[in-house]
Amino acid sequence: MDIHALQQIVHQTRDARRKQTLPKFSPADRDQLIHKYHPDFRERAYRPIRFGPNAGDKTVVELATLLEGDSPIADGFDLTPDYTTDVLVVGGGGAGCAAALHARAAGAKVILATKLRLGDSNSVMAQGGMQISVAPEDSPVTHFLDTLKGGHMQNDHQLLKVMVEEGPSIAKWLLGLGVLFDRDGDGNLHVKKGGGSSKPRLLTCSDYTGLEIMRVLKDEVLNQNIQLLEFCAAVELTSDEKGNCSGAIFKDLDNHRDVVVAAKSVILATGGIGRLHIQGFPTSNHYGATGDGLCLAYRLGAKLMHIDTFQYHPTGAVYPEQLIGALVTEGIRSEGGHLVNAKGERFVNELDTRDVVSSSIIRECEEGRGIRTMSGRIGVWLDTPLLDVAQGPGTMEKHFPAMMLQFERFGIDISKDPVLIYPTLHYQNGGVKIDTNSETDVKNLFVAGEASGGLHGRNRLMGNSLLDLMVFGKRSGLTAAARAASMPQGKLTVGHLKGFRSEAKKHGSASGVVSPMILPPYTRKE
Amino acid sequence: MALEDKENIIDQPEVLRHKMVTIEIAGKKYEVPEGITIIKALWYSGQEVVRGAGCLGGFCGACAAYYRTKDDPKVRTCLACQMAVQDGMSITMMPPFPARKATYDIQTLKDPKQDLFNLYPEAPLCRNCNACTEACPQKIDVREGVWKAVFGDFKSVSEMFMDCVMCGMCTPVCIADIAPNLVALYVSRAQGAHFTEKPLGLDTRIKEIQDGRFNDEWAKILKMSEKELADHCATVK
Repeated sequence: MDIHALQQIVHQTRDARRKQTLPKFSPADRDQLIHKYHPDFRERAYRPIRFGPNAGDKTVVELATLLEGDSPIADGFDLTPDYTTDVLVVGGGGAGCAAALHARAAGAKVILATKLRLGDSNSVMAQGGMQISVAPEDSPVTHFLDTLKGGHMQNDHQLLKVMVEEGPSIAKWLLGLGVLFDRDGDGNLHVKKGGGSSKPRLLTCSDYTGLEIMRVLKDEVLNQNIQLLEFCAAVELTSDEKGNCSGAIFKDLDNHRDVVVAAKSVILATGGIGRLHIQGFPTSNHYGATGDGLCLAYRLGAKLMHIDTFQYHPTGAVYPEQLIGALVTEGIRSEGGHLVNAKGERFVNELDTRDVVSSSIIRECEEGRGIRTMSGRIGVWLDTPLLDVAQGPGTMEKHFPAMMLQFERFGIDISKDPVLIYPTLHYQNGGVKIDTNSETDVKNLFVAGEASGGLHGRNRLMGNSLLDLMVFGKRSGLTAAARAASMPQGKLTVGHLKGFRSEAKKHGSASGVVSPMILPPYTRKE
Repeated sequence: MALEDKENIIDQPEVLRHKMVTIEIAGKKYEVPEGITIIKALWYSGQEVVRGAGCLGGFCGACAAYYRTKDDPKVRTCLACQMAVQDGMSITMMPPFPARKATYDIQTLKDPKQDLFNLYPEAPLCRNCNACTEACPQKIDVREGVWKAVFGDFKSVSEMFMDCVMCGMCTPVCIADIAPNLVALYVSRAQGAHFTEKPLGLDTRIKEIQDGRFNDEWAKILKMSEKELADHCATVK
């Protein structure tokens, strides 16, 4: 059928739906729904990791294969450094920029290396906002409790307390750098309500929050003259005699040469794994989200945690074909947008946590109440025109200019027509285990941002990622910088690979692949 | 999939009648499926993409490209991850352009509106050709923004350029050698850092945390057993 004919049911049922209030599920119902429909509970997608710090722990097959992967660095590799620095930051997204800026401000010599350009990241795409408890009726404690609830009580309490308490000072830092957060009439920061949060707590820059923050941070990295190594992909870390981290080896993607950097501390800010397309899901992630940092840290002996849980953002675009996997911001549901099945019914409280909403969308589709496309995809409607109906014409355009433009490019006006959506692979809830200074089990190896684990428990709350990046980017940068003055540069070896390789051999030479992946293999080979 | 109801299937003629089209990438012809994005067409035609792809979501500006459609003399700009290919299209990715970025310490500027002319002395030399506005894939009225910056209306510039993905396509076309995106970035940051009200509520909250206003509550919560904590969380509505 013509898409417009199918959309009619959304228009016809809108008035009736607006009178409805849908309660949130009880804890027992939530658990049951998630266990039945959430992709994290598809047993066959998982297998135990065979060796290394997390031997026996289960994760998705795609990630296990890479974690067991061999290093591209052979014995006898020439480890003469091309560069020497106090702090080496790997990754140019939000956490990487924050780490580099704070380390630099503390007086350290900093190199920031990234496999794409400075700023190419998921951070730049963050639309929903940044959770910081600034409203009088809110508090860091409430932020803590909301996050804990959203994370299924599995969050590391110390990490979480640090994040919520440092949030307000992060907002002040960003404002001082010139970030233009939305304001109320009295000049105070405007806060929006996000999924899973009991109080309005999202700071926003219309629906360009991540872009605005990243424009400013990138500009600041350049203003501070931080040395950049762009298009340089980290392929291995180095260790000293004690097994502490002492630098990294890169592949320059332009000329294919190896680049060795000696560093007193290394901060991995390499982001997530969306481009591994686990369980065949499309993804909202950027081109380089291939989990490189996880492989590097794992080979050096750092323990990972919560790597069996991933976030599927409820509203990834399903139509048109060109936008598959692209995010339709949660902000639309925050402002009252309904999720509607093929029968014109709502089926979940749209502001429940992401895992609950995603699971319920999958349930609708599996039970035959989805809308299919001829390319074999399935989804439900997000009633975007509702916003203009409820809050006056022009609301969508004013509040969600980025979303409007993205669909307008394909001739779709989402203020008039609902959008077809289905969960898309969005975020890695877990990652490398860190302490409150962002340091891993391996001394002088720090991990900040999405690549780290523990903070978000088993489900990250909307708006907590941008804050995570800023807080733990800062902590890692400051800790690494403070240490630099009083420590010598460790020796550069790849001694840790010996043990890793003999373990791999014991397990039948493990997966037979070389990791990290660096970029997804999208190029068609003939 | 239990759904056998033929009624709920969206027509996609492009999927039904899968059609190949001929496009030109940097002057070479390739056959690719109609309707895929330019970035996907690069992958389809066997090219390794390192430079020229970033977020793949239309936000990072890495994939700025020029294109021309069949028989149309007009060369247009786009973000290659957001543009579908069509038959007869000619495409070239934009190379990185060596525009000059001024360096500054945004927080210690004394007179940001005057400093604009020291940092970007070319900004007031706009000759009104409007090429920057035509080049913008985000549909920003770039020329108007440059003039507003020069006249000191920093607030309007910061609002107009909120959509700017820093792709830099406004820069090579400028006959006055202005880099409008960089000018706008400076202006927006100055607007935020110097001309926007300080949010008093934020300072209050920071002070409350420093003064330990929440310490009792923290002490209570962090002492709780898992069960008590779960019950307590359930009371937060």
